[in-house]
Amino acid sequence: MIAPLAAIVKRDLLLAVRAGGGAGVGLMFFLAVVVVVPFAVGPDIPLIARVGPAVLWLGAFLASLLGLDGLFSADHEDGSLDLLFLAPVPLELVAAAKGLAHWLATGLPLVVLAPLLGLLLGVEPRALGAVTLSLLVGTPALTFLGLVGAAIAVALPRSGLFVAVLTLPLAIPILIFGVGATSAAIAGEAAAAPFKFALSLTLFFLVLGPAAAAAALRHARD
Amino acid sequence: MPIRDLANPHRFLALARALVPAFAILAALLLGLGLVLGFRAPADYQQGETVRIMYVHVPAAWIALGTWVLMAASALGTLVWRHPLADVSAKAAAPIGAAFCLLCLVTGALWGRPMWGAYWVWDARLTSVLVLFLLYLGVLALWRAIDDPDRAARAAAVLTLVGLVNIPIIKFSVDWWSTLHQPASVFRLGGSTIHPALLTPLLVMALGFAALFLALYLAAMRNEILRRRVRTAHILAAARAER
Repeated sequence: MIAPLAAIVKRDLLLAVRAGGGAGVGLMFFLAVVVVVPFAVGPDIPLIARVGPAVLWLGAFLASLLGLDGLFSADHEDGSLDLLFLAPVPLELVAAAKGLAHWLATGLPLVVLAPLLGLLLGVEPRALGAVTLSLLVGTPALTFLGLVGAAIAVALPRSGLFVAVLTLPLAIPILIFGVGATSAAIAGEAAAAPFKFALSLTLFFLVLGPAAAAAALRHARD
Repeated sequence: MPIRDLANPHRFLALARALVPAFAILAALLLGLGLVLGFRAPADYQQGETVRIMYVHVPAAWIALGTWVLMAASALGTLVWRHPLADVSAKAAAPIGAAFCLLCLVTGALWGRPMWGAYWVWDARLTSVLVLFLLYLGVLALWRAIDDPDRAARAAAVLTLVGLVNIPIIKFSVDWWSTLHQPASVFRLGGSTIHPALLTPLLVMALGFAALFLALYLAAMRNEILRRRVRTAHILAAARAER
């Protein structure tokens, strides 16, 4: 059962990093969001450093949501989604494997880039660690929740913003607990509770996301 | 009459023809009575006359929440039994729920201005209702984005059910985030904390809102069934013209 899933993960990763995959676009979007923030709030370094962690979370949040649209629709367009229906593993696990590959290709690089962009914003080292750790725990929840939106909009043309609009209200708890864990850690308060909540959301959407996405894909097919 | 008889659109239309005026009259009577009672009820000792906004605000919030539950029940009908009337029910309920949600937000803003000194504060209750409104808009956008009604119904059904699971989490997380709104005071352990003089008009208004919702909902379902028949007739006519 593991071999077909590993093959799906490998295929999606290769597709994402090679020409036409667009794995780097999310990173560029993240960079662009961070770069425009000082223009919006003014070159006030203490202020930028104070809102920096929130900006990093918001940038990663938006980059994750806006990158979702190709998750199933590319496979739908070239017909490989029909082959995935015939795979010798349940569609739920196929969806989970695609979610994992998508997170490895787009989510994990955001987590790695976050501390570097944090230096750009003048965020303190302690806060950098907190942001990176909470992003590492929170971004998988965004991807696996996003599976649902991507599956619902699989056959729609120009679905990019649409998927983000469908998913954004549902993703608000992830942002709340992610930023909550970060700011508690920066303030020196007990960050364990919001951190564990963010982790529990990730585990929750790890189950709910693939199941609901598979249901949506099955219903969109016939 | 067993519920499966309602599954027949003909019988449903006949029933709706009788029930829509009945619920509309009931709504007019109850809302009229509720408004009179609401204006005769004593003013609150802290909030003064503005407490009367409650008689519109709270029932609107209840209907806005209840409509999502009704949509989720319809979504199960769509996904499990693939019943066309469940699709119609979900589609008819969505805009009405969004309207009541907006009514709740607007009356809340008008109430917040004299009480808190601002139309909008980023409080947990307000924010979670605003998020519910965004979810309603998402469902409405999805209904409009897919032109095939069956596919649109199934996509909207999945979104509605995921929303139903997620709404308590959103509510809880937003409570954690910040709170200023008063806690629940009608439905709570140990009984209501609202004095009966204020509670009676509130419950009458809530029943009136429920009757109004049912009248609008059944009328919208009837319109949607007729709209689908017109659509089918158009498609058949076009197919015949081609031949």
